[in-house]
Amino acid sequence: MIKTDILIIGAGPTGLFTVFEAGLLQLKCHLIDALPQPGGQCAEIYPKKPIYDIPGFPEVLAGELVDNLMDQIKPFQPGFTLGERADAIEKLEDGSFVVTTNKGTKHNAPIVAIAGGLGSFEPRKPLLDNLSKFEDKGVAYMIKEPEVYRDKKVLIAGGGDSALDWSIFLADVASEVTLVHRRNEFRGALDSVEKVQQLKNQGKINLITPAEVVQLRGDDKLSGIVVRKTDNSEEIDLEVDNFIPLFGLSPKLGPISEWGLEIEKNAIKVDNTLDYQTNIPGIYAIGDINTYPGKLKLILCGFHEATLMCQSAYQRIHPDKKYVMKYTTVGGVTGFDGSKKEAPKAVVKAIE
Amino acid sequence: MSDIKIKITDRDGVLHEVDAPTDMNMNLMEVVRTYELAPEGTIGICGGMAMCASCQCYVKSDHELPEKSDDEEAMLAEAFFVEDNSRLGCQIHISPELEGLEVELAPEEQ
Repeated sequence: MIKTDILIIGAGPTGLFTVFEAGLLQLKCHLIDALPQPGGQCAEIYPKKPIYDIPGFPEVLAGELVDNLMDQIKPFQPGFTLGERADAIEKLEDGSFVVTTNKGTKHNAPIVAIAGGLGSFEPRKPLLDNLSKFEDKGVAYMIKEPEVYRDKKVLIAGGGDSALDWSIFLADVASEVTLVHRRNEFRGALDSVEKVQQLKNQGKINLITPAEVVQLRGDDKLSGIVVRKTDNSEEIDLEVDNFIPLFGLSPKLGPISEWGLEIEKNAIKVDNTLDYQTNIPGIYAIGDINTYPGKLKLILCGFHEATLMCQSAYQRIHPDKKYVMKYTTVGGVTGFDGSKKEAPKAVVKAIE
Repeated sequence: MSDIKIKITDRDGVLHEVDAPTDMNMNLMEVVRTYELAPEGTIGICGGMAMCASCQCYVKSDHELPEKSDDEEAMLAEAFFVEDNSRLGCQIHISPELEGLEVELAPEEQ
């Protein structure tokens, strides 16, 4: 069981900044995120896009913002459970919560801060009959163990970086790799596009474009796929062991919607007059996932919400203590790792 | 303030005729959200960067629309329920030439 003071669900910019504000109050944080890396949408959807409304940054790339936040919170040694989705919550007798992920990892904390943005990112599934029947029986939406595909006939569908990169990688592992995409053009790093071109020329990747998968065949497990060329409607029947559709990820509110929280317009209602607490005391919702009158889904609003939420969390954890807010310019930043940042002392010396 | 009329059929097949301002730097996805013609969280998920297809719509009238950018082309190539007249609402800027535009929202992806 992982124990912490504030359990943050969602490692996007709001969740990450929460670690800093909590750290100033000497509260420890642990973050859960369904994605394999921290940063949320900023890292997953638009790392290379500039953001212009972060106070003090005339322009910052979303990916850089995440790097900066990770740097800023490093002294407070946050824990991470990445690549796992928070599935269930349970309240214990002592008033603390246990949050369990889809992989069974358990986390215990007196405070839960949901900073889940739009929800957890789930793979987008193509619309095909039988698709769910073959899940884990030849169909997978992400590649966890590349060795599974050794000497297999693999068909990958998609036109982005992950479709290109995995086609390249599996070309050396699988016995056959077929890449199917609805257009002739791919959206990916130039290197990857060129590499696929090279492998295609060498006969190591069977490229079918513009085309789409229209049918899956098989009894107990997947054994074949029908691909239709979209330019001339020609149908190609292929023997295939594995089908990996890589159409990116889309966010879903998911299991959090069944935690008994008040939901409005796909977002969690919170008390914006005070501390962004939900209808369940001890559970807060901050950033894009919450809603209240006048809500704006902006990163800078998430930062503000995180700051006020941490003050409230402190009061819940230490009801008998009175906290006096200290400016970082005055108090500096003392990390849990023993590091100390502070303003250099002015020198008092007479000039003769 | 100058408005144009746009006809939008929502995902339940209900037709709405709405006023869309041409002087507020808005796009079609934002118009749909302003009038709440699709539930929040089901449209404009990426915020209007042509990085999701939640604002996909079918253009029913024969207005001349701006050409698709590479990003929009690429996104539509990976979206579902795509037809020849599919566009991403976030990439359609509301301008006076679009007076009388008729669109239908594509189904929500599951």
